[in-house]
Amino acid sequence: MTRPDRAPGRVMAQLAMVMNLDKCIGCHTCSVTCKQVWTNRGGVEYAWFNNVETRPGQGYPRRYQDQETWRGGWTRTRGGRLKPRSGGRLRRLLTLFANPVMPNIRDYYEPWTYDYDNLTSAPLGDDFPVARPTSLLTGEPLSIQWSANWDDNLGGGAEVCDQDPVVERMRQKAEESVRFAFEQAYMFYLPRICEHCLNPSCVASCPSGSLYKRSEDGIVLVDQDRCRGWRMCVTACPYKKIYFNHKTGKAEKCHFCYPRVEVGLPTVCSETCVGRLRYLGLVLYDADRVGEAAAVENEHDLYEAQLDLLLDPDDPRVQDAARRDGIPEDWLAAARRSPVYALAKRHRVALPLHPEFRTLPMVWYIPPLSPVVDAVAESGHDGEDVDNLFGAVDALRIPVAYLAELFSAGDPEPVRAVLRRLSAMRSYMRRVNLGDPADETIAQAAGMTGAEVTELYRLLAIAKYHDRYVVPTAHETDGPVPEAACGLDFDGGPGAYGGPFGEASGRPVPVSVETFHALKDRQTADAPADTAGPGARVNLLNWDGRGRPAGLFPPPHTQEQP
Amino acid sequence: MTGLDLLLWAVLPYVVVAVLVGGTIWRYRYDRFGWTTRSSELYESRLLRIGSPLFHFGILVVAFGHVIGLLVPEEWTTRAGLSESAYHAQAVVLGGVAGVATVAGLAILVYRRRATGPVFSATTRNDKAMYAMLVAAIAAGLTTTLVGSGAVGEQHNYRETVSVWFRSVLTLRPDVDAMTAAPAAFRVHALVAMLLFAAWPFTRLVHAFTAPVGYLFRPYIVYRSRRHSRSRTPAARRSQWATGTAQHAPAGPPHAPERTRRAAPSPGPAESPSASNGLRVERGDASNAI
Ligand code: HEM
Ligand code: SF4
Ligand code: SF4
Repeated sequence: MTRPDRAPGRVMAQLAMVMNLDKCIGCHTCSVTCKQVWTNRGGVEYAWFNNVETRPGQGYPRRYQDQETWRGGWTRTRGGRLKPRSGGRLRRLLTLFANPVMPNIRDYYEPWTYDYDNLTSAPLGDDFPVARPTSLLTGEPLSIQWSANWDDNLGGGAEVCDQDPVVERMRQKAEESVRFAFEQAYMFYLPRICEHCLNPSCVASCPSGSLYKRSEDGIVLVDQDRCRGWRMCVTACPYKKIYFNHKTGKAEKCHFCYPRVEVGLPTVCSETCVGRLRYLGLVLYDADRVGEAAAVENEHDLYEAQLDLLLDPDDPRVQDAARRDGIPEDWLAAARRSPVYALAKRHRVALPLHPEFRTLPMVWYIPPLSPVVDAVAESGHDGEDVDNLFGAVDALRIPVAYLAELFSAGDPEPVRAVLRRLSAMRSYMRRVNLGDPADETIAQAAGMTGAEVTELYRLLAIAKYHDRYVVPTAHETDGPVPEAACGLDFDGGPGAYGGPFGEASGRPVPVSVETFHALKDRQTADAPADTAGPGARVNLLNWDGRGRPAGLFPPPHTQEQP
Repeated sequence: MTGLDLLLWAVLPYVVVAVLVGGTIWRYRYDRFGWTTRSSELYESRLLRIGSPLFHFGILVVAFGHVIGLLVPEEWTTRAGLSESAYHAQAVVLGGVAGVATVAGLAILVYRRRATGPVFSATTRNDKAMYAMLVAAIAAGLTTTLVGSGAVGEQHNYRETVSVWFRSVLTLRPDVDAMTAAPAAFRVHALVAMLLFAAWPFTRLVHAFTAPVGYLFRPYIVYRSRRHSRSRTPAARRSQWATGTAQHAPAGPPHAPERTRRAAPSPGPAESPSASNGLRVERGDASNAI
């Protein structure tokens, strides 16, 4: 639904994500698999490209949402222009020698390991030996004070959750002391990755220009060869999703698993999500209007302005403009099937996280209906009755206000509208599932049609793999690149797994291409795992347990044969 | 003029220039991944926020003063109506303030390196050697200021000796006699400085060469195409794979038929890059492995 009065400007494609918070069980599988794959190295022990935080809670790093302190995102100047909240160009260069608002490692947490050796080497005694925690930064013993999800499941209670900056804001606005009522706590999980913003303040703050937004798919990346460790992006990102690798001295961030999505695979966090609550797809947007949308005066208009940037992939004018701007045909097809477009724009059930930061984030959230349903059910009423649910959406001030602080700059209306749509879907589908005739008035009460509700239901409740992930493969526009074409790279050849000085020398194998193709092959193949000849190696991280890869186990005992 | 003088003041300067230029080019080509400030602000920022700006603003003014003092011939300033004593007075005042700031900042930085646990653990031998040379060069420089101004020993106008030699080196006609005429303190300072410059490309000091002035003239948002984001140099191409987080677009044809049938050869999951010295990160880093 592009505005009819305006022809689209430059059309760009963006890979985006939607998370359906009602389904998140807070298992942290996404965080762990992401960590195993991308940040299980020295220097980024403390970094979680994907983290899951309990709301209400302080988040990770602690209180990152409080931009009065951390100065992330953009501010709108009186003249209506946008400026990074941490300062403009000149100011940034003058404060380069010491960043005035750099988070300390303890705002994340001091990474640690355990002195496992003591378990086996402690001298015999009466006491049971223990493995004491030691700091990974200094090697000294350490008392663990905090971590990436210390306040998981409201752990720490009111003492910790009272310092949630969102709760603080609500309190300020209410001008009354809304005590954080721990006893009646509503609670949900918020999984977070980098938002791959349309107007990324991290990119804007990088003095050396090493951070960039990829023009093909909008993924925001750090060029490691250009990063000089000025560590300005860490401050500028309002979501604190840039991590400074303290060993290499370079910034690192979630890269949307670009080596996977380029070959059409979902990101690791999506693929492994236990709740199957993540959706990946393309959106087309009007790049010429990004600055304008991010700079609208009233914070409450930011959500609509952001939605307005998304172009309707079924509109022939948009398609023509997209072709003109070089978007390939299969990407256009993927954009038409995109679950992200459907959930964010067509059904309007997904909201951006903290639009008031003005970075136009591209990870969207379907706010949880569960606090509402729980409240209705606990009061002894029918939690699937549309009138009860609608009544509760209007009456439950605190959960709605909290969600509004997260997803719509404090304006409760967009949150209420989403919750009404989800409630209507719940009631409508219950009748259908019980064999009652569909009740069109329920759908209409939320401004939808029965057909739309059914489509939404298919996307949210059935959520087939291929409906959740519509990821078009990247287009290789250049010819073969030298490092992928070493003449000696054939299986068993001298270039196969190592150079002249053994395994770790010589030219590395372009893993992202090879590994991911191999992985895709394996995941879609019927045959057991690799049985290639001697020397074949198995990557334990993606070995799926099938077959008996040579080299993984010692040769079978021959005596067993008669 | 002895043979040693010839070696020190006519040969060594060119060797240092060659090492500095050649080393920097080499490092830029082969170790762009190691080219960073290696900031330690994540560990500690209270002291850094005092020490680092003091030191950096100080050393930049000092560097600027050196350029003026060494490159601008005395006749020019005299002709411009600035007497030798007036020139010296302003140089001592401005240089004095900058010098004190530099030394104070450096003292805070060195203290911080030693006293803050995580910062000390992250200090490499390379860093220690760099600091030794830096401190030596600055200490020797301060001595020359004291000597030159006559506070200690006889007053000496270095613009008639050292500066003449410096410019003669630049014009490829090294005037060794000009330098041998300078007091020992000046010669020691020049030697230590040459040592520092020769080591410069191989330490974290390279960060000074990539001071990001271009930022002032750039639009805020940078877009780069997947196609053009490949680095051109061999080392950069290598580190693309080596670091795993070298977030370029992966190069290579999307379909490499022979390869897809092989088990994915991950470069050793358990290895992490030995990047602690910031100089070399070889391949082999679990983050590549899926
Ligand atoms: C001209 C532009 C320069 C810029 C923008 C710059 C910037 C920086 C930055 C950001 C750091 C990291 C501080 C931290 O977070 O830990 C740093 C460290 C350092 N810089 Fe510079 N620098 C410049 C020039 C120089 C010069 C000319 C020298 C010396 C001659 C120098 C010597 C140092 C030293 C010794 C450190 C290490 C401080 C420590 O952590 O102990 N810098 N610089
Ligand atoms: S969320 Fe990601 S793209 Fe947005 S500002 Fe932060 S790091 Fe940049
Ligand atoms: S894996 Fe899925 S369900 Fe589990 S915490 Fe992550 S997002 Fe939530």
